[in-house]
Amino acid sequence: MSGKTIQLEKVCRSFGAVEVLREISLNIRRGEFVAVVGPSGCGKTTLLNLLSGYDHPSSGVISREGCVRMVYQQDGLFPWLTVEENITLGLRQIGDEKERERQVAEMISLIRLKGFENHYPHQLSGGMRQRVELARALAGDSDILLLDEPFSSLDYLARLRMRQELARLLRERPRTVALVTHDIEEAAQLADRVIVLTERPAQIRFELSIAAPRPRDLTHPEVVGATHRILTELGFEQDGEGIVASAAQT
Amino acid sequence: MAVVAILVALWTAVWKAGIFHESAFPSPLAVLRGFGEEIRSGRLFNDLITSLFRVSCGFVIAVATGVPMGLWMGQRLAARLAFLPIINFFRNLSPLAWIPFAILWFGVGDASPIFLIFLAAFFPIALATMAAVANIPVVYFRVARDYGLQGFENLTQVALSAIMPQVITTLRVAAGLSWLVVVAAEMIAGRDGLGFAVMDTRNGLRTDLLVVEMIVIGLIGVVIDRLLAQLTKIPSVRWGYER
Repeated sequence: MSGKTIQLEKVCRSFGAVEVLREISLNIRRGEFVAVVGPSGCGKTTLLNLLSGYDHPSSGVISREGCVRMVYQQDGLFPWLTVEENITLGLRQIGDEKERERQVAEMISLIRLKGFENHYPHQLSGGMRQRVELARALAGDSDILLLDEPFSSLDYLARLRMRQELARLLRERPRTVALVTHDIEEAAQLADRVIVLTERPAQIRFELSIAAPRPRDLTHPEVVGATHRILTELGFEQDGEGIVASAAQT
Repeated sequence: MAVVAILVALWTAVWKAGIFHESAFPSPLAVLRGFGEEIRSGRLFNDLITSLFRVSCGFVIAVATGVPMGLWMGQRLAARLAFLPIINFFRNLSPLAWIPFAILWFGVGDASPIFLIFLAAFFPIALATMAAVANIPVVYFRVARDYGLQGFENLTQVALSAIMPQVITTLRVAAGLSWLVVVAAEMIAGRDGLGFAVMDTRNGLRTDLLVVEMIVIGLIGVVIDRLLAQLTKIPSVRWGYER
């Protein structure tokens, strides 16, 4: 579990005259879970598009090793395919049909959707759909998981459940993860490292490591500390000191 | 069923009242006898088969060319900009205006009505397919790319699947248009078919048989739509109708 899976060196991205990202340098290690937070419209999704290779930087270098899969905010599932068929998409490289079927069944039981194999996405709840998306992205031998505010369309409790679900799935299927979110709690609860971006043009404002092992509770002292620290940095909390000391910092 | 009974009662009442001359307004009973006559002679059945054959040919050719054309235009802005004005022009030009040319080019027979049905169905199909393709959410293509669906697979498994619900709706509309056009086309450019039968019975002043034909034409139109509506029950397109 060492080595760099994704490496960004002084990456800039502009759209015409609008400078979105300025000199972002970032290394994501194999197996690491990095969350990127920042004000809305600051370029989080642009950064993710660069990480996935969907978009290219205006300047700077990006290198990545391994198969990249992305989970989108919502409606990333093909509505014309069943749960089973959608997950099978993630196993296309497996030639042997028997083996593919076995792995699909394994993923379905992993996301606890047994009995829903032949349901179509529109017959599922928002949380179930995102679980299927996660299963599709984690199926097979993908290495890097990119998450673009994957739980933002869910209600608060469903979001909490999906965080647990994601942490549990990642324990079963470890991946290098980059999560983009505006939910600071979510970032603090899930990630090994939180990158906070500035307003546009986005630069890395600061980063914060959270050493407590995953999965962790939302009220774990380190999670609370990290949340407090990030909120303070962003100017949302009054007492700058206090619990901050307990949050490990890099 | 009750509405049908009321309609027949109304029809009988108007006939009894003698508002129209007997030869211009057949009684329900005369029409019923006309049905018997047509069934015995088998002529109506032959005309029906002829018209259905022509509609099927014209419609299938229109689908086989219109859907690919729409797919292509929907994906390429340049093609869209180039062809859209032309397609809009022809879509608004009644296919019936082509009848003289159809007869000059293809004579009277199967080819002329097929050509006209093709014209009636092709433009709406191409246009609706194009609009549907242009509106496919980008996320589907991104997912396709993430999972390595490329080229032809991308076209058939993503683009075509994504527009299928709209395409089915369009097919129903286009089939309805085709059925309207075949009658008109055969009235002028036919030696057989339901449209010709309408013209023929009019010439023979058999208004009772005319009503028989009208009923058959209407009913077959409904049956065609019902058959195509079955396509909306395919599980992989249900999502398009249940949101």
